[in-house]
Amino acid sequence: MKALIQKLVETFSPSGFESPIRQIVRTEIEQIADEIQVDALGNLIARIGPRGEGQHSQGTRQKIMLAAHMDEIGVIVTHIDDNGFARFTTLGGVQPRNLSGGRVRFLNGAAGVIGIERLEKVTELPTIQQMFIDLGGSERKSCPVQVGDVAAFERPFAELGSRLIAKSMDDRIGVAVLIEAMRQLKHTPHDLYFVFSVQEEVGLRGATTAAFGIDPDLGLAVDVTGTGDTPKSIKMEVGLGKGPAIKVRDEGMLSDPRVVDWMVKTAEKAKIPYQLEILERGTTDARMIQISRAGVPSGCLSIPCRYIHSPSEMVDYQDVLHAVQLLVQLLSQPVKIG
Amino acid sequence: MNAATPKITTDQIRLLERLTNACAVSGDEGEVRSIVLEQVRPHADEVKIDALGNVLVTHHGKGENRLRVMLAAHMDEVGLMLTNDEEDGIFRFDTVGGLDLRQLVGKAMLVGGEHIPGVIGARPIHLSTPEERKQTLTLDTLRIDVGPGNSAKVKVGDRATFATPFKRLGSSLQAKAFDDRLGVATLIELVKNPPDHLDLLAAFTVQEEVGLRGARVAAYTLDPHLAFALDCTPANDLPAWDGSENEQYNTRLGAGPALYIADGSTISDPRLVRFLMQTAQTAGIPYQVRQPGGGGTDAGAIHKQRQGVPSVSISVPGRYLHTAVSLVRLADWQNSLALLHAALQALTPEILAAER
Amino acid sequence: MTDLLPFLKTLISAPGLSGHEAAIRELIAAEWVLLCDELTTSRLGSLHAVRRGTLPEPRPSLLLAAHMDSIGMMVTSRVGEFLHITKVGGIDPRVLPGQLVTVHGRKALPGVIVQPPDSLLPAEYQNGPLPLEHLLVDTGLPAAELGRLVRPGDLVSFAQPPLTIAGDNLAGHSLDNRASVAALTHCLRELRGRPTAWDVWAAATAQEEETLGGALTSAYHLGPTLAIAIDVTFGASPGSPSHKTFPIGKGPTLGWGPNIHPGLHKTLKALAERLEIPTKLEAMPRHSGTDAFHLQIAAQGIPTMVVGIPLRYMHTPVEMISMKDLTRVGRLLAEFAASLDENFMDGLKLDE
Repeated sequence: MKALIQKLVETFSPSGFESPIRQIVRTEIEQIADEIQVDALGNLIARIGPRGEGQHSQGTRQKIMLAAHMDEIGVIVTHIDDNGFARFTTLGGVQPRNLSGGRVRFLNGAAGVIGIERLEKVTELPTIQQMFIDLGGSERKSCPVQVGDVAAFERPFAELGSRLIAKSMDDRIGVAVLIEAMRQLKHTPHDLYFVFSVQEEVGLRGATTAAFGIDPDLGLAVDVTGTGDTPKSIKMEVGLGKGPAIKVRDEGMLSDPRVVDWMVKTAEKAKIPYQLEILERGTTDARMIQISRAGVPSGCLSIPCRYIHSPSEMVDYQDVLHAVQLLVQLLSQPVKIG
Repeated sequence: MNAATPKITTDQIRLLERLTNACAVSGDEGEVRSIVLEQVRPHADEVKIDALGNVLVTHHGKGENRLRVMLAAHMDEVGLMLTNDEEDGIFRFDTVGGLDLRQLVGKAMLVGGEHIPGVIGARPIHLSTPEERKQTLTLDTLRIDVGPGNSAKVKVGDRATFATPFKRLGSSLQAKAFDDRLGVATLIELVKNPPDHLDLLAAFTVQEEVGLRGARVAAYTLDPHLAFALDCTPANDLPAWDGSENEQYNTRLGAGPALYIADGSTISDPRLVRFLMQTAQTAGIPYQVRQPGGGGTDAGAIHKQRQGVPSVSISVPGRYLHTAVSLVRLADWQNSLALLHAALQALTPEILAAER
Repeated sequence: MTDLLPFLKTLISAPGLSGHEAAIRELIAAEWVLLCDELTTSRLGSLHAVRRGTLPEPRPSLLLAAHMDSIGMMVTSRVGEFLHITKVGGIDPRVLPGQLVTVHGRKALPGVIVQPPDSLLPAEYQNGPLPLEHLLVDTGLPAAELGRLVRPGDLVSFAQPPLTIAGDNLAGHSLDNRASVAALTHCLRELRGRPTAWDVWAAATAQEEETLGGALTSAYHLGPTLAIAIDVTFGASPGSPSHKTFPIGKGPTLGWGPNIHPGLHKTLKALAERLEIPTKLEAMPRHSGTDAFHLQIAAQGIPTMVVGIPLRYMHTPVEMISMKDLTRVGRLLAEFAASLDENFMDGLKLDE
C-alpha cells in the first residue's frame, strides 16, 4: 500500500483543481468499481453494489456513502510584480507559520520558493500579504505563471520506521484507505458509494453536492484527525500507533451515536485496535453529509496525523492498515441505523 | 443567430437611476422588486415570486435539449435597521450586511418605506479631545436622528439607507448601491434581449448581503445546468500611501468586466472562465481578472445546490462599494452587458461536455 | 396529562444534549402521542408529530418547531480520578466552577466541576477566569473505578434542580429551549378537540445548539407551507444591556428582519392584539439565532416567523422564565393554527 500512498501524496491538486489527482484515482479503481461517474463539481463517485456471499440477505441492503477528499490545501496567484515575484492568497487553511522557505509546485509544472518581506519585529508572524513566491525570474513578462494559477506544497514522501511522512496526507491517506478497502472488499450486502470528494478544504463543498446526489442511508467520512502525543500539544487522547480513531465529535458536528456504537462494536468484535476521538478544531465532509436532504446518520473514521496542514504530515502505517481492516469489516456486514 | 448587442442609452441610465435611488436593504427588497416586476413582465414567459421574495423569471428558448442557464443579480443593498426608540426622534440601530462603521458618521440617511430623512450625527469637534478622535465611533455610540416630532412616521424595525442621489459625472456614474443595482439593471436588459436557443432563468435575488440566502433557494427551485452571478466588485485601484506598487487592487476601473477565478465563496468552474475569456477575445470586448480571494457572490450558494451547478461570476468594478457614495465607469457597464450578451448567444451544451 | 409546570420540570431534568436527544425525545413523545394523530422520528433524531387537517389534499401545512437539545459538556479524557471536559453548544466557562453535574458514563454519576488551586495553574490564569481546558470534574470515585465507568465522548449535563421562583417563574438549566417545547405542548393542548383546516406539525428538533441540523432536515423532509420557530430570547437582567433584552412575564417577542416573513409577523401581531396578549417587536437585523435561520432556506424556501420567550441568564444553569409567557405563546400559536384556512396564503403579502 505504500507505493499507492506515495503516488497519491506526490500529486499536486489543490482545492478546485482536482483533475490530476482524479485521473490517478480513476486509474486505480476503474477495474474494481461497478460504475464510475464524475459530477458537476468534479467529485469522483464509484459504486460497488452487493456482491459475494450475503448479498441477497433480505432487508439489509443499505445505501452507504463513503467520502475521502482528493483536494489538498494550496495557494493561488493574485499578482505578479514588476520583478517577477508572485503574490498569492490561500486555498484552504494554510498557516503562515508553515510557509517560510517552503517550496511550491504549480499545476503547469513551474516551481517556486516562498519568501517573506522584512518584518518590523523578527519575532512576529508574517501575514500572507507579507509573503511572495520567487519563481527564479527577474521580470514580469518572463514569469512562468499568471494571476489565477494554483500551486500546492512540494515535499516528497518519506518513511521513518512505521511512520509515513508527506504533504497532503490530509486527505490522500483517506483516499488510499478507500481505494485499498475497495480492493479488499470481497463481499457486501450494501450499495456502496465511494466518493473521492473535491473542495473539502474550502468548505466541504464537494461532499455537499455528492451527498445530495446519492441520498444515502448512512454516511462515513474518512479523514485525518489531530493527536495529543507531541511535546506540550493540545490536550487530546488520540495518538499515533494506537489504532484508527472513531470520531465522537469535532468542531463542526456530533457523530450519530448509533454510528459510533456500530463502529466500536465492529472493531471490538474483530479485535481491531481503535481510539475515540474528540477534535476541538476542524471538521470533515461528514458534517455536510449529516445535514443533507432529510438527514443522514453519519460518522467519521479518522487516521491520526501529526502536523496537519504542514508540509510534513505524519501518520502511522499500522493505523492505516487497521483503518482499512475496520472499514472492510464495517462494509461487509449488515447494518441498520435509523 | 447573432442578435445585436444591447446598448446603454438614456433609457438604461434612467432605469439605473431609479434602481439606485430605491431603498432595499436585505430582507426588505420590495421597492426594487416592484421596479423589476414592472420591467420584466412584458418580456417573460413566467414570473414567480418565491417565499423569500426572489423574482424568478423564465424565458423559454426554442429547440430540443436546451441548456437551462441561470443568471442571478441581487436586489438587496447593505444598510441599517432601527433597533431601539430612545425618544425625541433618536434611534439606536444595527448594521445589515457588511458595513465599515467609519463610513457612517456624519451621513444623511433615508428611513423606512416613506424615505423619511434622518442623520447620523457626531459630537462637535469643539467638544471632543484629540485622544477621543483617535477612536473609531462604535455602534454603541452612534444614533440615527429623524428629528423630534417625527417618531410617529419612524419606528423600530424600519430600515435605513444612505441618502445619496444618483448622478452622472461625464464618463462615470455616482450613486449608492451600485452593488448590485448594476447587476439588476444588466439582467433586466438581458431579459429584454434574450437568446432564443436556451432557457434563460433570471433570478433577481434577495438577501445576498446577509449570506447569499435568496440565491440558495432560487437555485434549488430553478435547477439550472449552469449559472452566472452578476455582481459589483471593489476596485481598490487608488495610490498606495508610500507610492509603492498597489498589489491588492482587486480590480481596476476602466479595465472592463471582472471575471472571477476564485473568491471567498466559489472556485469558478474553469470551463466557464475559459469560455468567457474566449468570448471576450473573439468579440473584442476588454475584460480583467478579479484578484483571487476574499468576498463572495450569489454563485457561492448556487454552485452547491442539489448535485452541483457549474458557476462563474462577472462583476462591474466599482470604487467605494458598501459606503455612501460609489463610483463606476459607464464603459465598464457597457462592456459587461456586451460580454454577457455575447456569452449567452454563444453558449451551447458542449460547454459541459468535458469534465471539470 | 400532567400540568404544564410539572411537565416542564420533568423536561429540564432529563438529559438531551445536542446530538444525543433520545431520552428527552421519549418524554416529549409520551405527551404528544396523546395530542396528535401520528408521531415519527427524523433520521437525525428530531420528533415530528402531526395533527391532520380537514382540507382536501394537497393540504397546506404549518410547522411549529422548538429545539429540544440543550447545551452541556463532554468528557475528553481522564487524569487519575478527574475528568477533562469540552463544551457542547455555547458555554461561558466562568459560570462553571462549583456547578453540580451528572456524568453519563456506563451509568449516571453525580459530580461537580472544580477549579484547581492557583498553585496548580499556569501563571496567566491565577486569580482570573479559567478556560474550560483547566477545569476538572470530580465524581468522588477512585481512578480505577472511574476508568471503568467513563470514557471519552461521554456526556456531562448540569444537575441543578429546578427552582420554582415566586410570581409564577421557574429557574433551572435547559430552559433554553425546553420552555419552548412546553409552550408548544400547551399549544397542542389548546387545540385538543378543535379541528384545523391545515395539517399542523409540531417538531422537537435536534442539534440546534451545534449545527441547526434538525431544523434544516426536518423542513426538507416535511416541506411545510409556513414555519414558526419558538425559541427563548434575551430577558432583561442585571449585566445585560437593556437595549438588547426584554422583560420576563410581559409577553413574548415577535421577530422582525430578513429571517422573518413580514406578512407572518403582521398576522401574528394582529392576532395577539385581538387575544390581548402583550408582545414586543424583536429586531433581528441579520441572523435570528434560531432554527428559523435554516427553516427559511430549506429546499425552495419557506415563509418563516420567530416567536420568542424572554429568558434571563441564557446558557447558564440558572436560566429563568415566566410560566405566564409560556401559556401566552401556546395560546397564540393555537389560535393562529386554528385560524388558517384555504385563503390564507393568497392574503400573505411580502410587500405592502
